[in-house]
Amino acid sequence: MKNLNASILEAKNVDAFFGDFQAVKRVNLSVEANSVTALIGPSGCGKSTFLRTLNRLHEEIPGARFQGEVRLNNENIYARGTDPVRIRRKIGMVFQKPNPFPSLSIYENVVIGLTLAGIRSRVYLEETAERALKAAALWEEVKDKLDSPGTSLSGGQQQRLCIARALAVKPPVILMDEPTSALDPISTARIEELLGELKKEVTVIIVTHNMQQAARCSDYTGFFLLGEMIEFDRSTTLFTVPKDKRTEQYITGRFG
Amino acid sequence: MDRSIDAGLGKLKDKLLVMGGFVEKAIEEATIGLVESKPERFKKVHEYETTVNQLHKEVDEDCLNLLATQSPLAKDLRTILAVIKINTDLERMGDQAVNIAYNAEEYLSAPAIKPLVDIPRMADDARFMVRSALDSFVRSDLKLAEVVLAKDDEVDHLKDQIFRELLTYMISEPKRIEQALNLILIARNLERVGDHATNIAEDVIFIATGKDIRHGGA
Repeated sequence: MKNLNASILEAKNVDAFFGDFQAVKRVNLSVEANSVTALIGPSGCGKSTFLRTLNRLHEEIPGARFQGEVRLNNENIYARGTDPVRIRRKIGMVFQKPNPFPSLSIYENVVIGLTLAGIRSRVYLEETAERALKAAALWEEVKDKLDSPGTSLSGGQQQRLCIARALAVKPPVILMDEPTSALDPISTARIEELLGELKKEVTVIIVTHNMQQAARCSDYTGFFLLGEMIEFDRSTTLFTVPKDKRTEQYITGRFG
Repeated sequence: MDRSIDAGLGKLKDKLLVMGGFVEKAIEEATIGLVESKPERFKKVHEYETTVNQLHKEVDEDCLNLLATQSPLAKDLRTILAVIKINTDLERMGDQAVNIAYNAEEYLSAPAIKPLVDIPRMADDARFMVRSALDSFVRSDLKLAEVVLAKDDEVDHLKDQIFRELLTYMISEPKRIEQALNLILIARNLERVGDHATNIAEDVIFIATGKDIRHGGA
């Protein structure tokens, strides 16, 4: 099958360092719009670090350094004078552990990105909250208790709340760093289902340790090892007929 | 370090080898019964086929369990998919051995029409194909798999030769059409055994390379 959608995000020769240690080496990746791309690999292979270079979170760590280029819709997000906060609004992030703001209600958690940006229109905020919660498949469960604290929800619901929060600012791209590793199988299944729906609206890049999850939910998969992206292909190809021996060994559990 | 799936895959390979052994023996017994006019040998064919059927079910169950418990990927996944198909091919070969025995029994119930030369050759070739296909599977021997594919052309050629010869015979001896037809059916059964062995060889290539060469695909 040919790539029908144009690429939305391009990483070119990305290097990432922590002090002297090079965690990511010359990674090139072209992400198709409205697709789900999974990044897999053993612990410490650089996949999460690479993910964090894609919305300039990597540079927040003291001693961290970046080289290369990342383009969102052809805009170089590392260009001099670019505000990283504006980039992170366009390239949202969902983390491993659900992290709703503890002092905020469910509703406030969802719209926090908008209120921080100065949007005050009650109608707009409420409409956006409903839309984002529906897109995150959480609306039916919380619509009658929007004023309850975000932290009153179950782990799986909290993670969907975080996805709703990321969606509320309408980012074209969302990054997810092991979003289900702290969740039970039912909550995991809900989030996986959600990915299929979300990609109609956004492009998703997900780091996961769960190979079956990558195989189930992603259109493309990249395999990382020792900071390099060893192989990138359609997930159906990578998980059935990987080209590189190291990919084969990793996904069949021969090392890692 | 052995992975937990390795023990299961090893067991599957062993079972397929055992099945292949019984299939070979079944074809051999059916052929000996025919060529040496020893209908008592046909009983053995049924016994072997019953064993093959039993293993057929066991292998399918083992594959199902491995799929459910090991979530195999890449070569492991291709191997299990291939084993499921090889399993069916072997079971069908067992059926063909029974068909040969049945047609041979019919043939032996009336006077012979000619000395049998090509059919025993075909049977030898078919057994060679079964054995080699399974050896190529167990050893991941692609060259041997290619040998099996080439052999199938020879078996097809022999079948065509037998068909031509017997058709000529039927035209000249219309009263013996039924006898000739029994031999044609046996040749057809053996040719089918060769086709199933060919399927196995194609699966071996798929496991090793991920390439699907069936139906002329490269």
